[in-house]
Amino acid sequence: MPDAPQITESAVESAVEAALAAIASAGDSAALKAARAAHSAEGSPLANFNAMIRDLPGEQKAAAGKLVGAARARVNEAFAAQESVILAAEEAAQLAAEAVDVTAVPSRWRAGARHPLSLLMEQMSDLFISMGWEIGEGPELEHEWFNFDALNFDEDHPARALQDTFFVEPAERHLVLRTHTSPVQIRSLLTRPLPVYVAAVGRVYRTDELDATHTPVFHQIEGIAIDKGLTMANLRGTLEHMAHSLFGQGAQIRLRPNYFPFTEPSAEMDVWVENAKGGPRWVEWGGCGMVNRNVLRSAGIDPNEYQGFAFGMGVDRTLMFRNGLNDMHDIVEGDVRFSRQFGMVV
Amino acid sequence: MRVPLSWLGEWVDLPDDVSLESVHEALVRVGFEEEDVHTFDVAGPVVVGRVLEFTPEPQSNGKTINWCQVDVGEPEPRGIVCGAHNFAVGDKVVVTLPGAALPGPTASDPFVIAARRTYGHISDGMIASARELGLGDEHSGILRLAALGLDDAPVGADAIQLLGLDDAAVEINVTPDRGYALSIRGVAREYSNSTGATFRDPALAVTPTAPVEIFPVRIDDMAPIRGAVGSRAFSTRVVRGVDVTRPTPPWMMTRLLLAGMRSVSLPVDITNYVMLELGQPTHGYDLAKLQGGFVVRRAAAGEKLETLDGVVRALSPEDLLITDGSGPIGLAGVMGGARTEISDATTDILVEAANFDPISIARTARRHKLPSEASRRFERGVDPTIGPAAAQRVVELLVELAGGTADPLGSTYNVFPAAPPIRFDPAQPAAAIGVEYSEAEVHEALLAIGAEVSPAGGDRWTVTPPPWRPDLIDPLTLVEEVARLVGYDRIPSVLPIAPPGRGLSRAQSARRRAAATLAAAGATEVLAYPFTSAAMVALFSPGLPAVQLANPLDPQNGLLRRSLLPGLIEVARRNLARGMTDLALFEIGTVFLPEPGVVYGTDAIPVGAARPDDDAIAKLDASIPPQRWHVGGLFLGDALTKQPGAPAVAAGLTDALDAVRQLSLALAVDIAITTGSHPGFHPGRTASLSVAAPDGPRAVGVAGELLPSLAHELDLPHVVAIVELDLDALIEFGAQHATPHPLGTLPAATQDLSLVVPLETPAGEVLAAVVAGAGALLEDARLVDDYRGSGLPGGRKSLTFALRFRAPDRTLTAAEASEAKLAGAARAGELFGATVRQ
Repeated sequence: MPDAPQITESAVESAVEAALAAIASAGDSAALKAARAAHSAEGSPLANFNAMIRDLPGEQKAAAGKLVGAARARVNEAFAAQESVILAAEEAAQLAAEAVDVTAVPSRWRAGARHPLSLLMEQMSDLFISMGWEIGEGPELEHEWFNFDALNFDEDHPARALQDTFFVEPAERHLVLRTHTSPVQIRSLLTRPLPVYVAAVGRVYRTDELDATHTPVFHQIEGIAIDKGLTMANLRGTLEHMAHSLFGQGAQIRLRPNYFPFTEPSAEMDVWVENAKGGPRWVEWGGCGMVNRNVLRSAGIDPNEYQGFAFGMGVDRTLMFRNGLNDMHDIVEGDVRFSRQFGMVV
Repeated sequence: MRVPLSWLGEWVDLPDDVSLESVHEALVRVGFEEEDVHTFDVAGPVVVGRVLEFTPEPQSNGKTINWCQVDVGEPEPRGIVCGAHNFAVGDKVVVTLPGAALPGPTASDPFVIAARRTYGHISDGMIASARELGLGDEHSGILRLAALGLDDAPVGADAIQLLGLDDAAVEINVTPDRGYALSIRGVAREYSNSTGATFRDPALAVTPTAPVEIFPVRIDDMAPIRGAVGSRAFSTRVVRGVDVTRPTPPWMMTRLLLAGMRSVSLPVDITNYVMLELGQPTHGYDLAKLQGGFVVRRAAAGEKLETLDGVVRALSPEDLLITDGSGPIGLAGVMGGARTEISDATTDILVEAANFDPISIARTARRHKLPSEASRRFERGVDPTIGPAAAQRVVELLVELAGGTADPLGSTYNVFPAAPPIRFDPAQPAAAIGVEYSEAEVHEALLAIGAEVSPAGGDRWTVTPPPWRPDLIDPLTLVEEVARLVGYDRIPSVLPIAPPGRGLSRAQSARRRAAATLAAAGATEVLAYPFTSAAMVALFSPGLPAVQLANPLDPQNGLLRRSLLPGLIEVARRNLARGMTDLALFEIGTVFLPEPGVVYGTDAIPVGAARPDDDAIAKLDASIPPQRWHVGGLFLGDALTKQPGAPAVAAGLTDALDAVRQLSLALAVDIAITTGSHPGFHPGRTASLSVAAPDGPRAVGVAGELLPSLAHELDLPHVVAIVELDLDALIEFGAQHATPHPLGTLPAATQDLSLVVPLETPAGEVLAAVVAGAGALLEDARLVDDYRGSGLPGGRKSLTFALRFRAPDRTLTAAEASEAKLAGAARAGELFGATVRQ
């Protein structure tokens, strides 16, 4: 064994300085690891000093131990500090290397869309559900009794001929594509306990050729309320509530006398649309009235005890003037660009 | 109904500043819809001129024009070039001077008259034809005022006023219950009701004189329709010595034109005029051509009649006829016959003003496709008491305008029952409408519509509706009149409180969830028409019937769909044609599923305003073909388009099956996917879809790729993935609510299992066997690899499954997991000859 260095203050201090210099010059994890091997690990001067303490005479051990311990603490502290600096730099470099153009990240999920008519029908239904009403249903291919007779359309009445009905072959078997959602009124009155507050939404059919404002297949929402003491004022209240929900608080309802076989009195309703395309205006919205007593009789209800109101409007037409659409073709053709403009919100 | 203002003003006071808008507005308030306005669009200076002289000048183009000097009431005559030749010196004509405007091709593009150079002259105006003035179709020459009986009009006078071209009409829509308003009489009354203006009833302006000598008319209806005799009121009158070739006066002509009727001849114009004024259709016969009196009866089988339009019509036993000794001479209330038509030689005219049963007329007009102005009024109900007044009015006009003499010959027949009085509680309007009407308001409204009310005190009134209102049949119809006349704007807004509801039904919620899920998964919802062709039905529903429409818009697509797929294909084709080449579409809609051999519908319809009994209602319901909600999807092009660092992912079977899996999740129903087949689908890429029903698996749909040859035929790309499911069935067999199991938290053991099986064995079935064989310890099993190639015997493949085992009560040992795994492998071995690949 060569002459072992003595544990002197200067020898320890120079070993510390050498260690600190090596640590300070270590620029990355590998260099720091090498510095640790040379200046801190077993065999390094400071480790050797530490090992020598054991062989010192008892009275020197305390002082030497303190000296070497303090030196080692200084060096370890420097290692830790430098290590965190290096790790931080390396992590930053790693993150920088991982950067991507967030405006060009590929997509894995596809965007779909609902049809706005479906969304509008759901929105309308939800309004009635919120009022305690229920949503009635019935077949699109109907028996004439439900579509006409039970609704007080006499078989020879001009109103029946005006309906532009699709008949099923052979026509003498009295099956039709429903011309309105009103058969659901009858079905609801026949099957539900009184009082009845029911709305119906769905597809209806008339023999109109497709053009900018007509389509042979369109959609209606219809409501019927039969209770004791309902009046036309309740009809107006319901229509106004609906108008507010669909067109905003500024919407108003105007009723004009009209004729429908299934209501008496009957009215045509206009709605004041404040944000209509081209400025605020009255828009024809649908028909309504107090349910004709013959309709109640057809459903086995005593018209002297119960009375009520009914109303119906076109959903397609509502969509057109509510959302500023000009051409029915867009609604019916299924061009995906149309539905995608709506996404999930109408 | 078109209402000329001058005519309306004859029977109700109009304000001095009356306008088309104000009349429309007044009529809308009492329940007519605003339709249109009609004007002649002739603006001054248009004056009466007299031709002083003219010089014919042959032109190089072969025409001869006349260079005319025309006195228009100015110091100097005007020089005007005229191409017509139907006039002579001294004739009075209509001259449009520079600055005048005549109707052009559109309302916003009038034909403006200017002094212009033509044929070597400055033409300082134009001599107008009837057509140029909007007075009819006559344009073979200029309009000579003599032809209108206006030869004494002063030169220089305003011709617009003279001819009535300053008149204008509002057009309103009259609802089918209010036939009385298809007359000036009815509209004037309603205008008065709306504005309070004084109304004079034109029916009271004539005094019918009773015939002295009787023209025999017999009503002989042996087959009344729905119990109603075909005619219950019939008046005839005779005028002799008329000159039917006299011109129709301009005031009548312009009113008829504005009302939408052409001027035909003086007698026809007069009958039309009276119909428009009073609402009572009338008909004129050439008396000399009649053989004896009239018999009004139903047609006999095989009978024929040549109508005024020259068509020989085969008659139905339901048709009501006017007949004389020669047989049928008119289709009652619809159209007269050719044989007894008035001609230029006619001197004696028999006028008929009859009332016919609405239903009989409606059916005849429909049967012969002859909707006429007369039938439109009869269908809606004509005042049964007005016949004599209408006949009298025709007689007076014939005397006045055609120079005839009223004859004592005629007849008056009326057995029409008076309208029954209605017992009416004056409080009922308030109870139905929700407006506190005073008794005075109620009384006043009922009087205004022409009803008799007595007594006006007490809570039970007797109200007798006027004869022109057959629609007023019960108290509620009177309530409507009160509400209408007092005004709907009086109705307040009161939101009713409904009893608590139950929300959407389970099926309604489920359909919404299905749609929302498919849209969220990337598909776009479409709503296709349900009309389809026989070829499409044969392709997608082979051997099954479809509902046939009797009157489809497009005969090629006259069937109702059994499947959503034809509609989705049609929509896909349209999108492709517009350059949208990557599509994921879905539809939720109704399909119509008649069963083979079943005759749907019923022979008769329940009649009467009463609830049919339960059997009858059940029978109606059973007579309607089954209809079910389906959900369909179509995918083509790229599911994911090419992106930086990510290649395109082509759409295909995966998308169709993913739609199935999404629906399975949305509707809480296990949908089993097994190998299937369908004639319209790729034979190697078709999955049959089924759910577990209490009585075993229930087929609910099919998914796959469209047969490539078919895709090619339809101009679709090679790969088109399609899927269709019975949505009603998915909802029916879906779980009402979730039933979760407790979660094991002890450590799991995972192991892979590779099984060698014949190539044609479906992996899904092998997996099912492994799951069944492995028992309760198997928590999860997935197919992770399908290897085919070297190291395997011929005709075999190796399927690798990742298995996760767990026990609820202990940590599993590897040996236990292996044992369960091998039990699964053993089951696959039994069923498919599977061997474990080491």
